[in-house]
Amino acid sequence: MLRYSIKRLMSLAISLAVASLVIFLVIEVAPGDPASYMLGINAQPDTVAALRAELGLDVSRPVRYLAWVGGMLSGDFGTSYTYRTPVAGMIGDRLWVSLPLALLALMLSTLIAFPAGIYAAARRGRPGDVSVMGATQLGIAVPNFWFAMMLVLIFAVDLRWFRAGGFAGWDKGFWVAMHSLTLPAISLALPQAAILTRVMRSALLDILGEDFMRTARAKGLSRRQTLWRHGVRNALIPVLTIIGLQFSFLLAGSIIIEQVFNLPGLGRLVFQSISSRDLIVVESVVMLLVFAVIVVNFLVDLAYAAVDPRLRART
Amino acid sequence: MRFATFGRRLAPAAALAAGLLAVPAWADGEMTVAMQLEPPHLDPTSAAAGAIDSVLYSNVFEGLTRFMGDGSVVPGLAESWEISDDGLVYTFKLHDGVTFHDGTTMDAEDVKFSLDRARAEDSANAQKALFTGISDVAVIDPQTVRVTLSEPNGSFLFNMAWGDAVIVAPESIEGIKQMPIGTGAFKFTEWVQGDRIVLDKNPDYWGTPAVLDKATFKFISDPTAAFAAMMAEDIDVFTGFPAPENLPQFEADDRFQVLVGSTEGETILAMNNKRAPFDDIRVREAVAHAIDRQAIIDGAMFGYGTPIGTHFAPHNPAYVDLTGLSEYDPEKSRALLAEAGHPDGFTTTLHLPPPSYARRGGEIVAAQLAEVGIKAEIINVEWAQWLETVFKGKDFGLTIVSHTEPMDIGIYARPDYYFQYDNPDFQALMKTLDETTDPGKRTELLQQAQRIIAEDYVNGYLFQLAALTVAKAGVRGLWANAPTQATDLTAVSWAE
Repeated sequence: MLRYSIKRLMSLAISLAVASLVIFLVIEVAPGDPASYMLGINAQPDTVAALRAELGLDVSRPVRYLAWVGGMLSGDFGTSYTYRTPVAGMIGDRLWVSLPLALLALMLSTLIAFPAGIYAAARRGRPGDVSVMGATQLGIAVPNFWFAMMLVLIFAVDLRWFRAGGFAGWDKGFWVAMHSLTLPAISLALPQAAILTRVMRSALLDILGEDFMRTARAKGLSRRQTLWRHGVRNALIPVLTIIGLQFSFLLAGSIIIEQVFNLPGLGRLVFQSISSRDLIVVESVVMLLVFAVIVVNFLVDLAYAAVDPRLRART
Repeated sequence: MRFATFGRRLAPAAALAAGLLAVPAWADGEMTVAMQLEPPHLDPTSAAAGAIDSVLYSNVFEGLTRFMGDGSVVPGLAESWEISDDGLVYTFKLHDGVTFHDGTTMDAEDVKFSLDRARAEDSANAQKALFTGISDVAVIDPQTVRVTLSEPNGSFLFNMAWGDAVIVAPESIEGIKQMPIGTGAFKFTEWVQGDRIVLDKNPDYWGTPAVLDKATFKFISDPTAAFAAMMAEDIDVFTGFPAPENLPQFEADDRFQVLVGSTEGETILAMNNKRAPFDDIRVREAVAHAIDRQAIIDGAMFGYGTPIGTHFAPHNPAYVDLTGLSEYDPEKSRALLAEAGHPDGFTTTLHLPPPSYARRGGEIVAAQLAEVGIKAEIINVEWAQWLETVFKGKDFGLTIVSHTEPMDIGIYARPDYYFQYDNPDFQALMKTLDETTDPGKRTELLQQAQRIIAEDYVNGYLFQLAALTVAKAGVRGLWANAPTQATDLTAVSWAE
């Protein structure tokens, strides 16, 4: 287990180093100067030059790259060009929206997908299975932003149960904050739940066809007992993989949902920063997301080993 | 079916939650105002972002003079002034008893500090040109300040009304980007980045106090989200409403009022005057005649916008209607192209920045140009990229952009400006204008200037951007027009 973990940690570090270089190059190569963006079309050239110097944009790119990476290693993400506040603080604020939202959506999606997938697998080919599969088809096909807009129209504009957007803030109390995350979490969760349900069902069906399942039945366990004791546990590996991927997606990929619900999350921060050429914020947020994805994958790898003892032995 | 069960279970739970947590209706003295863009920081004197002024101008910060809703300029922190006969020396008498929100006194020293900071060598003021004519600022006594210009400038008092010329204090300048301290009727309270800025009434205001106790600015960039937030009555006022297609719906709804005014934004189809074939006036005239303005206003702006024939705001008393010079006439356009040696038209680029006036308008412009044989290849760009390639690099054929600064016809006197119009007569005229203070003569000169650029077909003049505001029916005192980018809440209240 230890060697397995160390090997994983090494590849994690290398991935991060490569990612930082790629991110920096891609973002710096795109045209557009943050200083002239901020000063607009009436600015005089000397004003732009003064601002570039103030922002530290007048030093060469390799120096800036090293300063950025070095800063991040010591926990300093630098200062935003446009907002002029520490990037770490900005990311921290936004993370308090995006992270709970991703967790809530993931929880909802898992809570829906597990029972639905198991139910469908247990009733393979029967009407229950067919209707669950039909619903998941719909869940995958409907774009989540459209679904989000429908939720807003019904529950915010017509019924007035929720605000149409915005985030109340955790300082207003836990339930008030959760209230403003409910609709976004549902619209993020449903398509994910649809995917996860299908994965759960097919993983379980594969297991149900295995010889040891027949053996379990033969030794006298009921259908229900075999399903829960031997089936579900063995089906967990592919499901865990998908959950890991989904969490990364939910954290990084909620830009559109944050836009629809006007949530001050990481996605909108990246979106704004890209259009204002706030390079350092874009670089740091993207780096953070890469870090999150890699760490989640690492944790999923460890979870495999926990679920499946064979993986531990093999390495 | 699982989904149905889920729905049934969710509904009562959500209803319960909503009942417990329903957001209380705003108290009478509070108002929530939404706009599309969030300010990057809160210092109006060191960035071009209009969003900063939209929140703070006149509410938190004030200048020596100030804009009114009709575009006129009236005394602000200066209660009166005297101008020397040669037009070079302005002696401002400041209001007595004005304090900043941190309790320090606003006096002549602060005025000197603000103006000197804006015109300094290392100034980061986005409109530094407003201050370059100042040669000296002297404190006579705490209530009197004397500004000396290097040459007469007829628009000096107008310039001092800009958001970039507000008076700031040396004591609070350090933290101004996060904690703006001004002299206005509202003081800054809180900024939750990405969500809202809260202003509270300033109880110690020197002038007529604000009616509202509290104003909250919200930032909603997505047009659909803006529509939903307004319909759900989450917000009371939306200035610069981004979805003109939805306005009829608000107009038909008793709960809302729609204000349609004018902005200072001249939307133009800019041509690269130094690049062939646009260096030929016949080609530029051909482009102008190929454009059907009303079709663009209807198609891209859903009918909101006023056609213009020159680079000047139609609501300004000095405006001359020159749309007749560039009437929609594809026949004439084709003839002019043939005369200029392009009987089969030519190919060029059309750079479009993100706003919908450009993206939607650009599609229509390209189609209209294609009618006369000009193939404009559409290139969508982000603002940063537009600044880099079009504005700085001057690497473009055509572009659509709205010039939102008030009274900016002077840009045509700058030969290095991105559309590269170089006419010594016009430059001389602008110099004369600067040196003229007599209002009648100024109007005459401005009209002359409008004619010159229209007759030279420097750019295609499309329309004046409309100022679109949606508000709840009970809101009173909002500006319908936007003479500068501001949301002046000092006189705004709820109807009794």
